[in-house]
Amino acid sequence: MKPLFLRGGTLIDPSRRLNAVGDLLVADGVIAASGRGINAPDDAEVIDCGGLIVSPGFIDVHCHLREPGREDVETIATGAKAAAAGGFTAVCAMPNTDPVTDNQAAVGFIVRQAQRAQAARVYPIGAISLGQEGKVLAEFGEMVGAGAVAVSDDGKPVVSAQLMRTALEYARTFRIPVIDHCEEPTLSAGGSMNEGIVSAQLGLKGIPAEAEEIMVIRDILLARLSGGHVHLAHMSTKGSVELIRWGKDRGINVTAEVCPHHLSLTQERVRGYETNAKMNPPLRTEKDCEALRQAVKDGTIDVIATDHAPHHYDEKEREFADAPNGIVGLETALAVIVTNLVEKGYIGFPDLVERMSCTPARVFNLPGGSLKRGAPADITVFDAKARWTVDASQFASKGRNTPYNGMTLVGRAACTIVAGSVVYRSGMPVRGREGGGTRRQTKRAKG
Amino acid sequence: MTGTLGKDLLGLESLTGEQIRLILDTAEPFKEISERAIKKVPALRGSTIVNLFFENSTRTRISFEFAEKRLSADTVNVSATGSSVSKGETLVDTARNLEAMRIDMVVIRHSASGAAKFLADRIQSNVINAGDGTHEHPTQGLLDILTLRDRFGDLKGRRICICGDILHSRVARSNIWGLTKLGAEVAVCGPRSLLPNAIDEFGVKIFDRVEAAIEWAEALNVLRLQFERMTAGYIPSAREYNRVFGISRERLDRAKRDILILHPGPMNRGVEIDSDVADGPHSVILDQVTNGVAVRMAVLYLLAGGKPELAEAAKGGSSRGREERE
Repeated sequence: MKPLFLRGGTLIDPSRRLNAVGDLLVADGVIAASGRGINAPDDAEVIDCGGLIVSPGFIDVHCHLREPGREDVETIATGAKAAAAGGFTAVCAMPNTDPVTDNQAAVGFIVRQAQRAQAARVYPIGAISLGQEGKVLAEFGEMVGAGAVAVSDDGKPVVSAQLMRTALEYARTFRIPVIDHCEEPTLSAGGSMNEGIVSAQLGLKGIPAEAEEIMVIRDILLARLSGGHVHLAHMSTKGSVELIRWGKDRGINVTAEVCPHHLSLTQERVRGYETNAKMNPPLRTEKDCEALRQAVKDGTIDVIATDHAPHHYDEKEREFADAPNGIVGLETALAVIVTNLVEKGYIGFPDLVERMSCTPARVFNLPGGSLKRGAPADITVFDAKARWTVDASQFASKGRNTPYNGMTLVGRAACTIVAGSVVYRSGMPVRGREGGGTRRQTKRAKG
Repeated sequence: MTGTLGKDLLGLESLTGEQIRLILDTAEPFKEISERAIKKVPALRGSTIVNLFFENSTRTRISFEFAEKRLSADTVNVSATGSSVSKGETLVDTARNLEAMRIDMVVIRHSASGAAKFLADRIQSNVINAGDGTHEHPTQGLLDILTLRDRFGDLKGRRICICGDILHSRVARSNIWGLTKLGAEVAVCGPRSLLPNAIDEFGVKIFDRVEAAIEWAEALNVLRLQFERMTAGYIPSAREYNRVFGISRERLDRAKRDILILHPGPMNRGVEIDSDVADGPHSVILDQVTNGVAVRMAVLYLLAGGKPELAEAAKGGSSRGREERE
C-alpha cells in the first residue's frame, strides 16, 4: 500500500486539541506523522487538502443497513459506500434485520459482508433480546466475540424494565453500551407524528414527548441501579435533554445521541402529509430543536448519529399513517450539521468533529477518533464551505427517502480514508477499497 | 379545468372566507332544483365523476350521487370491497387507472388522513374530499354552515358549540375552520380524553361541562359518538356519556334561549342526543341533509369551472353555464 500524504489541510483533532494548517502522512494503514514540515516520501500519493478540513473519521453509531432481509432497499455494501460518501469511516449497524442479528453467526455475517464491501467499516450491534421480542436475553458474550460493539433492540423499545435492568447488568462484563430506543408503547400506539397542534390539525394520531421521556428517565434510573452503561438513541425532546442532564449531574453512566433531522426540522415539515418527514421518534417542535442544539453545544448530548433508515420508494409513496418510519441520513448528515449548527453559530468545527468522531469512538469503545501517531488512518477530509443541492437520485445509498432532497446545504465530504485507503473521493465514482466487484451494485443502486 | 376554488376541495383549512361564501352563495339557487318535479339541470352534462369510497358511507355517498345526477354528470361508484383495492392495489394505482379511463372528477372517502390530498397531488382530475380519516370532511362542514346561515343570516359573532368526540372527528375540524373563517365564535365541549391535547391552540373556547356550553351557545353541533372509541378506552361507557354529555330536553330547557340543534348523523339516539331533542322544534338535522345535496352541487359546479353568477342560469335549465366556460 502506497503512503498517503494529505497536504495543506486544516487539521482538526479535538483529541489532541489540534486545529491548525498542516500535513498528514499515512503509512501502513496508520497515521505516521502530522503537522508542519513533514516531507512527503517519494512514493506517496499526494492529496491536496488546501482549504479543506482534515479530521479523524466520522463514526455513525446508529444506522440500518437492512441486510439480511431487505437487500432491495440497502445492503451492507451500498450502506458502507453511502457512509463513505458522507464522510463516515465507520458505522454501527442496528440488529433489526430479518432474521434479527441476535446471535454470533448473524453478527459474523455482517462482519464478513462489511469486509467484502471495502468501504466504511461496519460494526454490528447485536440484539438485546432474542428476535427483539423483549423476552429472553441474546448471547451478548458470543456476539461480542464475533464483533458486536453494543446491544440494542432498536426500532422497538425494551418494554420490560426487568429485562432492561438485566441487560445493563449483564453487559458490564463485556464493557458494551446497551442502547435503548426510548418509547413507552402504550402512549405511542398508533401514532405517526408528534402530538401537538399539527397532528391535531392534520387528523393524525400523535406521539407525545412524554412517551420518550418516561423511558429516558426509566433507563437512567436503571443505569443507576445496575451500574451499566445506557446509551439513549435518537433523542428528540427538550424534556429528554433535561433528564439526561439530571442523570449526568449525578454521575450516572448515561450517554445519548441526536440525529441531524431532530436538530434541523420540526413537525411543521409533516404538513402536506410528507412521508419523508415521518420517522420515529417524530419531528418535534422548534423548542425541542433548540434544546437539542444547545445540548450538542454543551455536551449533554454526546454523539450525533444518523438513524439512516432506507425504505423503498413505494413504501413511502402512500397514505401517511401507513408509510414506514425513517429517512436516509448518511450522505446528508455532515451538511445538515454544518448548515444548521456550525453556520448558525451553535458549535465550531472542533465540536462537530468531537460529536461525530471522537465521542462516538469513546462511547462505543471503537478504534479511531484521533489523528495521533499510530492511530488507525481513518480520516475524513471535508469541504466546510461547499454549497450543494441535495439530489437523492445521486445517493450511493439505495434509499432516496430524505426530506432534504432539493435543499441547498453547506459542507461536504471531499475524501474518506479507511485504514489508509481512499474509499471515497468527491467527483470520483464511489468504489471499494480495492475496487472490483462493486460497480454493478453501484449502478443498480442508481437505477 | 380549475375554477375559483382551485383544482380540488380537500378541506376548509385551505379556503378563504370569500371562497366559503362563494360556495354557500352558489348553493342557494341549487337548493330549488331538488324541489322540482324534474330534478335535473344539464350543468355537468358529459362530465364523468367517480365516487371512490374506501370506507362505508350511506348518507354522504348518496348525497354526492344525487348532486352529480341532478347536474347531469355520468357517475360511477367504486367501493373498496369487490374492486381491485381488495386485491392489494395501492391508492395511487387505483387512481391512475381510473384516470386512464378519462374521468373528470373523483370524490374520495378514505380512512387515512391525507388520502384526498395524496390523490389530488398525483392526478389531473378534480378531487373532492368526502372525508379523510380524522382530518376533514369539507362538504359536511359546508352543509352545516349553510344550515346555520339559513337560520342566522350572517354568522359573524354567532356562538356555535361542537359537542362530543373532537379528537377523532373530521366534521369537527372542517366546522372549526369554516366557522372561524366566517367570523363565528366557536366552542367545543366533550370529555378531555376526546379533545386533542393541543385544542387550546385552535382558537376555540373549551367547555368541560355541557351545561356551560348550553348556557353559552346559540347552536349546538352534536357529533356522533363512535362506539369503537369505548373499546379503545377513551370513555368508560355510553351510559355515562349520555348522563354527563348527552344533549337532553331537560338540559336545553334550562337554557335562557332556544338553541339550534345540528347533528351530522347518523345519530345514536339516547347516547349523544336524546330523541325528543333530535325530533324537537329546534332541530335542523333534516335540513342539513337537504342542504347537503345543494352544497355538493355547488362544489361540483364550481370545481368544474362553472361561474358562480351563472349558477342561476344553470338552474334555469339551459346548458349555458357549461358552454360559457368551454
